[in-house]
Amino acid sequence: MFVPFLIARGLAAFAVVLGVVCLVFFLIHLVPGDPVEVMLGEAAHPADKIALQQALGLDQPLHVQFGRYMASLSRFDLGTSLYSKRPIRDLLLERLPATVELGVTALLVALLLAIPLGILAAVNKGTAWDTGAMGIALFGASIPNFWMGPMLILAGALWLGWFPVSGRNGVASLILPALTLGTALAAILSRMIRSTLLEVLNEDFMRTARGKGLPDRIVIVRHGLRNALLPVLTLLGLQLGALLSGAVITETVFSWPGIGSLVVEAIHRRDYPVVQATVLCISVSYVALNVLTDLAYAWIDPRVRLGSRP
Amino acid sequence: MIRFWVPLGVILLWALIALLAPVLPLSPNAIDLPHILTSGSPDEWFGYDDLGRPVFDRLLVGARTSFLVAVAVVGISLVVGSLLGAVGAYVGGWIDLGLVRVIDVFLAFPGILLAIALAGVMGPGIDNVVMALSVVSWVGYARLARAQVLSIKERDHVHAAVAVGTPPPQIIARHLLPLISAPLIVEASFGMASVVIGEAGLSFLGLGVQPPAASWGSMIRDGARYMLVAPHMVVAPGMALMGVVLAMNVLGDRLRDWLDVKHQPRTRRSGIP
Repeated sequence: MFVPFLIARGLAAFAVVLGVVCLVFFLIHLVPGDPVEVMLGEAAHPADKIALQQALGLDQPLHVQFGRYMASLSRFDLGTSLYSKRPIRDLLLERLPATVELGVTALLVALLLAIPLGILAAVNKGTAWDTGAMGIALFGASIPNFWMGPMLILAGALWLGWFPVSGRNGVASLILPALTLGTALAAILSRMIRSTLLEVLNEDFMRTARGKGLPDRIVIVRHGLRNALLPVLTLLGLQLGALLSGAVITETVFSWPGIGSLVVEAIHRRDYPVVQATVLCISVSYVALNVLTDLAYAWIDPRVRLGSRP
Repeated sequence: MIRFWVPLGVILLWALIALLAPVLPLSPNAIDLPHILTSGSPDEWFGYDDLGRPVFDRLLVGARTSFLVAVAVVGISLVVGSLLGAVGAYVGGWIDLGLVRVIDVFLAFPGILLAIALAGVMGPGIDNVVMALSVVSWVGYARLARAQVLSIKERDHVHAAVAVGTPPPQIIARHLLPLISAPLIVEASFGMASVVIGEAGLSFLGLGVQPPAASWGSMIRDGARYMLVAPHMVVAPGMALMGVVLAMNVLGDRLRDWLDVKHQPRTRRSGIP
């Protein structure tokens, strides 16, 4: 049963990716404004404009451009950067490790903060602990990355001097960006963990576990949390999107040399092929991450892959 | 009650400032060179920025920017999204199928990534910000409206309306949309918060309103360069932004409890619970 599920899920994801490719292409090409004029400035010589148009293939009708674009994509050729004149694929591969490193660390930070906070709130439901923990979570969700980042720089780098202000140079430089990116996710996750754990706490097996005399800690962690984390896993896949788009801003704040700051740099340099390819790359990784979480979920929970849901 | 009135007060204050900003005696662009980067003093509480402009005046004008963008984006995407979602769900067939596919594609862009790319390609400016954020936000309302209409379209009163020959547009407007307004209102109140963050985020990246116009996001960006000498330039707009967003999130939570909207986890595909 697992294989058909896998195939169906993969096909659906492929369709979405195709849609994403079309949407990105047409949005960038149909948006009002002439990229050539933007790149060269309004005062540019007409002959230069025509030359650049031809070089970019923009003088061709839209469907021809689209065909060429799809053809090169199918060869995993993402085009060439207008700014650095290098293949975009190389640019992306160069930047990818930094983003993965930041994303994974931020995810760990988020889980380390969210799991205790969620348990604390759920176990002490309705008490001051619950209100306090959820208040912290609400605060965390309301602080945008681009403010959290500068504040952490101010406190951790300028006042305390423990961490570098920006850049990617060793473990110390990873901490502030990961905290910035992780706290927002932690806020959302802790609320989810609280609500799913609350549901599980009322289950019969929890009463049984308590009844047979297990200590509270084991009941909560082994019987409660393990079941509560299951739905959280699916939601985590979706929240990774928040992480990815948050990375665009966080990487810019900290001059972290990842994919996110590449998008922003490319936008400011009017390097449209790079913008297009990077947005595509981020969206495709997001879709892929979602497929992976779905598969992980199906793998862990047989009810999903066997089609009979509780 | 405090969790309702306090956030409501904050939001009303924000709206009032935004609406009154043009008639208030503000000078957000007045340059006062001797005061460059000076922090708060009794006559100018919030100090001055790197060009010697009063931070307080710029905060108030920035409130207007974020308010206008938030109202416009939530307005546009609420109307477009809920209409498309409701029509798709009610009509069904290939129209609905097409809508679902389109929604899936838009949801494949994480967060405001698509808005960042669009705002970047369209160039800066407040109307482009509104357009870019609307392109991203309508999907949420469409998905919600579709799901809600699907759950109520087989109710007796709808069948009765069909039986007496009510035309479909009227069924959607009179018999379906009013019944699904509660979850849409809750979604819109959270939507406001994310649009306020979105606008400030785009402005932070330099893709929002252009100087000398003020936005909380661009104020944070300008201030980040002078953090050691003038932290007030970052602290003030950030506090304003956080206050408004926190107020909306708290209010959204309250509304959700009151209107008894079941918490909708943001799952998007049907295969998984």
